[in-house]
Amino acid sequence: MSATTHAPAHGHAHDDHHAHPTGLKRWLFTTNHKDIGTLYLWFSFVMFLMGGVMALLIRAELFQPGLQFVKPEFFNSLTTVHGLVMVFGAIMPAWVGFANWLIPMQIGAADMAFPRMNNWSFYLVVPAAILLVASFFVPGGAAASGWTLYPPLIIQQGISIDMTILAVHILGASSIMGSINIITTILNLRAPGMTLMKMPLFVWTWLITAYLLIAVMPVLAGAVTMLLTDRHFGTSFFNAAGGGDPTMFMHIFWFFGHPEVYIMILPAFGVVSAILPAFARKPLFGYASMVYATASIAILSFIVWGHHMFTVGMPAAGNLFFMYATMLIAVPTGVKVFNWIATMWQGSMTFETPMLFAIGFICLFTIGGFSGLVLAITPVDITLHNTYYVVAHFHYVLVSGALFSIFAGIYFWLPKFTGKMYHEGLGKLHFWLSLIGFNIAFFPQHFLGLAGMPRRIPDYALQFAEWNMWSSVGAFIFGFSQLLFLYNVIECIRSSRKAPDNPWEVQDSLEWTHLPSPAPYHSFETAPVVK
Amino acid sequence: MDAAVAAQNRQLLFRLLTVAVVMLGFGFALVPLYRQICESLGITQSRVVAPVNTQVDRSRTVRVEMLASSSGLPWRFEALTREVRLNPGELVTVNYRVVNTLGRPVAATAVMNAAPSVANQYIEKQACFCFSSQQLAAGEERVMPVVFRVSPKLPSDMDVVTLSYTFFEQKAAQS
Repeated sequence: MSATTHAPAHGHAHDDHHAHPTGLKRWLFTTNHKDIGTLYLWFSFVMFLMGGVMALLIRAELFQPGLQFVKPEFFNSLTTVHGLVMVFGAIMPAWVGFANWLIPMQIGAADMAFPRMNNWSFYLVVPAAILLVASFFVPGGAAASGWTLYPPLIIQQGISIDMTILAVHILGASSIMGSINIITTILNLRAPGMTLMKMPLFVWTWLITAYLLIAVMPVLAGAVTMLLTDRHFGTSFFNAAGGGDPTMFMHIFWFFGHPEVYIMILPAFGVVSAILPAFARKPLFGYASMVYATASIAILSFIVWGHHMFTVGMPAAGNLFFMYATMLIAVPTGVKVFNWIATMWQGSMTFETPMLFAIGFICLFTIGGFSGLVLAITPVDITLHNTYYVVAHFHYVLVSGALFSIFAGIYFWLPKFTGKMYHEGLGKLHFWLSLIGFNIAFFPQHFLGLAGMPRRIPDYALQFAEWNMWSSVGAFIFGFSQLLFLYNVIECIRSSRKAPDNPWEVQDSLEWTHLPSPAPYHSFETAPVVK
Repeated sequence: MDAAVAAQNRQLLFRLLTVAVVMLGFGFALVPLYRQICESLGITQSRVVAPVNTQVDRSRTVRVEMLASSSGLPWRFEALTREVRLNPGELVTVNYRVVNTLGRPVAATAVMNAAPSVANQYIEKQACFCFSSQQLAAGEERVMPVVFRVSPKLPSDMDVVTLSYTFFEQKAAQS
């Protein structure tokens, strides 16, 4: 799909045609997809550190049984806001940052379809994040009902809930605007010859993710609006005393919530599908089946929400339906894992940092997938529901799944973003510290869950003490190694190691084959022709 | 970006916005939708079944007869339930009625005795008028429940138990 009519010489002189403000104004008013991508990525890193601090407070409290550092109410706020910040503040904006940077370059477009709306999308996220974090400092403390915002607890708490609901509304609006932008860019602005089935897989996964976002973010907005009117305007959507049903919220929330977990993981599939062929020096195995598998996962994600609520007393027929539908998702996911392994099979593999994170992703995400299959079995889930087994499961898919592939993507595209090479040794150190810390932190949580330790508790019975200690040790290793990641990125930006235009010798993606490193501020103003 | 592409972009923007607005409405529509779907499919019944008392021995039945008498006290005292058939372990309620036929208020205490006397230790009362003294005004009538069970440990050769209540007047200041 490569070949060119457009030389990769798009130097700095070209930028002079455009107004190019500097300093704060440049970042505030920018409509440039690369600037906005950078803003998103730095913002998500800041939120990642904040959510990480909350996680470490949680693990510090759980290091030993008993109450040492925090009060139980504050602990509940920590688990709740940690979840919200990581999902809506760290993982999702990071993927939008990648989308902004990469999609226009990978499809040969000059910029996003609606550059001004792109700027709004980002600057909506900031006040939402401030609302979330500031809610710690209002009377009654931050939301303490868990990130799922279940009534009736959420109806009863103080003003912080209204701040959280408003934050979710703003984030939803931002996500919808971002998604519309991405879909329009992909469908309308592809370079001549770039057919849908020639797009890099990252573009494909984001196209599907954007559709998921448009379909479910409004449903979440509706659900939290119902919470708001239940709290302040006398409605009884979820209030049993007024004829409502708290279980109804769970149905509506998880109709959003399950597609949401694929929103966080589908772009990861795209990133890994870009990295593995580069370091195995083979084209991706089964490109078309990857596209269809991604679409199947997205469609199936709408009919499995019930597996989050096997214990609410659904009829057996409902539980069985959700159990089988959930297991069905393992089929397209298995296709993807098979294709990744087949891509590496007999390749000339080298193991630079992006490849290490990508392989770490495949191994650990698969573990998370398997524990997901275990939880999909209704009778098993009824005993494991709300235990640490569930916590272990979703951290395996979200941390070693989504987050590891974000790291992989950052290391992979840093040369293109910055024009410099990161320090390979430090990158590898970051990988190994993360891998070891992560597994020490989260693998024991499987044992804790199987032994019956409930999630979201600040204190626990003595028999859980030892694995909790290990889990906390691992969490601190993992948490502090992320400062090394920060150092690596800054060191890379400031270093003098000039990156070649195509350091990974990628053959089939426009940002590597057609653009210099660093990618010029304005790229592909004349669309390349893809053959 | 030329005008044709910009127009296409705008068209797609409005289509996708429409989808978002429709999905917002769908979120609210889910509330009645779930109710309707579950009702029409008949899957609204709860999987939770009423708790079953596992301590009831269904394999045998015991007949319990109720007697009532008053010692030296002209009260009308009778068992409204003369006889019940129950499974050991099962909680049952029987009623007694008492009428104070005297022209003055009377305080009296009831004492229970089971026959055969070995059965006494297997009668487990949860509520009984014999737990406290009964004060009745002149001519007052009162219906009083006894809630009890027969322990499943009741010897297997016993299939009839008689509960006999007797009222004794409490003499005031008789020390």
